[in-house]
Amino acid sequence: MFYLTLRKETPFIFRVSVPIASILLTILFGIFIFSVLGYDPGKALYHFFISPLSRIDRIADLFVKACPLMIVGTGLVLCFRANIWNIGAEGQLIMGAVFAGGLALSLPDTLNIWLLPAMAVLSFIGGGLWAFLPAVLKVRLRTNEILVSLMLTYVASLFLDWLVRGPWRSPTSFGFPLTNYYPDVGLISKIDFPGIGTIGQLHWGVFIALLVCLLFWFMMQKTVFGFQVKLVGDSDKAFRYSGFNESKTTMMLFIISGGLAGLAGMIEVSANMGQLQPNISFGYGFTAIIVAFLARLNPAAVILAGLLIALIEMGGDSAQIALAIPKVVTGVFKGILLFFLLAGETLTKYQINFKYSKRRVPYD
Amino acid sequence: MKPRSALLQSHDISKSFGSFIANDKINFNILEGEIHGLLGENGAGKSTFVKMVYGLLEPSMGEFFWNGNPIKIPGPQEARNFGIGMVFQHFSLFPTLTVIENIQLALSETQPLPELRKTIIEKSQEFGIFVDPDTYIRDLSVGEQQRVEILRCLLQNPKLLIMDEPTSVLTPQESQQLFKILKILAKTGCSVLFISHKLKEVKEITQRATILRRGQVVDTVISSEVSTGQLAKMMVGNDPQNVRKKIEHKSTKILVKISGLCRPANTPFSTPLLDINLDVKAGEIVGIAGIAGNGQSELMEVLTGEWRSKDSIDVLDVLGVDIRDYSPHRRRQMGIGFMPEERNGHSAVMNMTLTENTLLTNHNNPEIQKNSIIENNNLENLTSNIIHDYDVRTPIQNPLASSLSGGNLQKFVVGRELIKKPRVFFVAQPTWGVDIGATKFIRNAIIELANEGCGIIVISQDLEELFELADSVSVLFRGKLSERKPVKELNSQKIGLLMGGEDVSFISRGI
Repeated sequence: MFYLTLRKETPFIFRVSVPIASILLTILFGIFIFSVLGYDPGKALYHFFISPLSRIDRIADLFVKACPLMIVGTGLVLCFRANIWNIGAEGQLIMGAVFAGGLALSLPDTLNIWLLPAMAVLSFIGGGLWAFLPAVLKVRLRTNEILVSLMLTYVASLFLDWLVRGPWRSPTSFGFPLTNYYPDVGLISKIDFPGIGTIGQLHWGVFIALLVCLLFWFMMQKTVFGFQVKLVGDSDKAFRYSGFNESKTTMMLFIISGGLAGLAGMIEVSANMGQLQPNISFGYGFTAIIVAFLARLNPAAVILAGLLIALIEMGGDSAQIALAIPKVVTGVFKGILLFFLLAGETLTKYQINFKYSKRRVPYD
Repeated sequence: MKPRSALLQSHDISKSFGSFIANDKINFNILEGEIHGLLGENGAGKSTFVKMVYGLLEPSMGEFFWNGNPIKIPGPQEARNFGIGMVFQHFSLFPTLTVIENIQLALSETQPLPELRKTIIEKSQEFGIFVDPDTYIRDLSVGEQQRVEILRCLLQNPKLLIMDEPTSVLTPQESQQLFKILKILAKTGCSVLFISHKLKEVKEITQRATILRRGQVVDTVISSEVSTGQLAKMMVGNDPQNVRKKIEHKSTKILVKISGLCRPANTPFSTPLLDINLDVKAGEIVGIAGIAGNGQSELMEVLTGEWRSKDSIDVLDVLGVDIRDYSPHRRRQMGIGFMPEERNGHSAVMNMTLTENTLLTNHNNPEIQKNSIIENNNLENLTSNIIHDYDVRTPIQNPLASSLSGGNLQKFVVGRELIKKPRVFFVAQPTWGVDIGATKFIRNAIIELANEGCGIIVISQDLEELFELADSVSVLFRGKLSERKPVKELNSQKIGLLMGGEDVSFISRGI
């Protein structure tokens, strides 16, 4: 068989050629798949890669699409770095939106400009609370955080469903499961560039998302907190020796990642919808897991990873609409793209050895 | 007695890991039908040697001869084909399966159960190993489980059975039963390589014994012709002749006071601590000797604060403060330094750089951190000071900890703690797996620290080290601390006997 060993140093030629090779292979496989299925590969690839980048407003929309992915992804990076597996960001995102929405809906006539900041804080608390549950169960009762956080996602989702169909349903929604619109001061406005006006759907939430990524990048690089996160993921013995408290750190990271997911939920609703509805997230909480790993657990790289995932999502939509390519086919192509990307990344870091080593010492 | 031929001969077998030589030209042979002891302290190179015999490690140099023919043993499967079986210290049995199922799993060719049952019963009668083939492993005592392991080896008709520290997990009664089995085995012509650090046993069960010290063969002796005292001396070496540079302190100021420390065992593999009392004066170095696994790591965790309890400890005062519920972090702020035994992943993180490893125990230092933001310049300065002052040889600027040799990383870790000039210092195995140069350096640094008035506890298995460093020594044996004796009244023979559990006066009766 074969196994991977870490390269001591990646030769320069590899660092250049491997990414190029993975792009070429993706395109080659794309041409193959699309032509076998009877679609014009040139057009399909155009819609995947060129169309979303062809106009400034589309690029702006790319950022809008990436916004929740970046915020949630940053929180997940912290958790995953620390070997804590929060899989329930989707639920935390929903609870954040619910908490913020509750405030906005209870003050329908307010003109107070502090409403939006207050909603942001509440959304962080809501998401944080939803993450606190699996955290405290893990720390106190040693439950598996993957299961608990995942299951709580469905609880949150059904809770929102009940709210918008039941107590929070708008009397003027003609029976549709929708709440009232938030007051204007509870909405996030589009960015109005002086002299240009708004570009696509670009809103201030995107600015917040970039800020969050950079802030946490700085924290990971430059603060004792960042060191603590890296250390707990690396070695729990050294972590205790260092004098940090493991339970506290686990809870804190869970709450931060849940809080960030909650914030993303609030931004999503306040910027794009203006009211609560049964589906406020399109799996952002789950897609953000891919984003976090694609970014190699680096908060700054989350920006690029979020944009890349947004690009394939939008490219897939565009190809579906323009060429009537079925969703499953665009899904396959997205998979191929990620496969070559990650394989290429792995090969620059590791080398393949084909000789099987028998001398693995089973006890030491 | 007719002369027997050598079954396995080790010719100049050597093994080095990097610059560390674990086995240095090992020469001895095991005769047919002989129970041969391999005696040595922890770290003497016993395990490394048997791993080579069993094909788990490849010798760097030298050759094995099997019945006079040179052989290569590339892996455990090949070792078994030659007829070499091994019973490890830690068993590899599935608790939820029965004896016969466990044995069936290990066989290279599947045998139908009824047939296998017959073979097992035959074998167990032949060798006096009585186990019911249909009981579940989880219902067996440790001694019985070991018998299953032996039985499993015997089904492959071995010519040489390696037993790695077989009695370390057994009660005295179980040990006696094991010895009976081994004697029957030897009578049938199977040789046994019996690895141990317990002198009495080696004398009792083996015909000849080879003593290893620091990776070298001291001698091969006929067990009945030497006393346990002589064995102890060979095992731990001569009393060192070094002139101690240490100042005799007359201080009466007690810096550390421990009394009534009882720590229950929290896993089946840990040792409970039983009523430990100890105090350390300023400028004093207290040595704690003992074979690994007698409570050293448990005691160290209590001292560092990685394990805390107010109920299990009556008094744990350092510098006059009750620190029973102080975290490692708070203890450090008080001027306590500590360094656990394990470098890899405990006192150092291997895939972090040296500056990050400096941060590991300095993250509460206001010079290093302001409002949680790391002062990189100060951190780098501190790191390079440690590297410079403690002679750490680094391959590049700020390397990963894993790229340093064991000795250099140890100097770094020791330096990181000592550069803070702690008032109290707890250290375990300060020179474990470290080359001679670095060993000297580290010991001198510790002595210097004591001369400045620091109170020090050194937990070590290396008696030479304790003789060089300590003012007085206690032995930790099965979680109990023996009476403390000034080092002048002790010699390695006496401590060696205590470490092997020879002195019954402090063996706990509870275990």
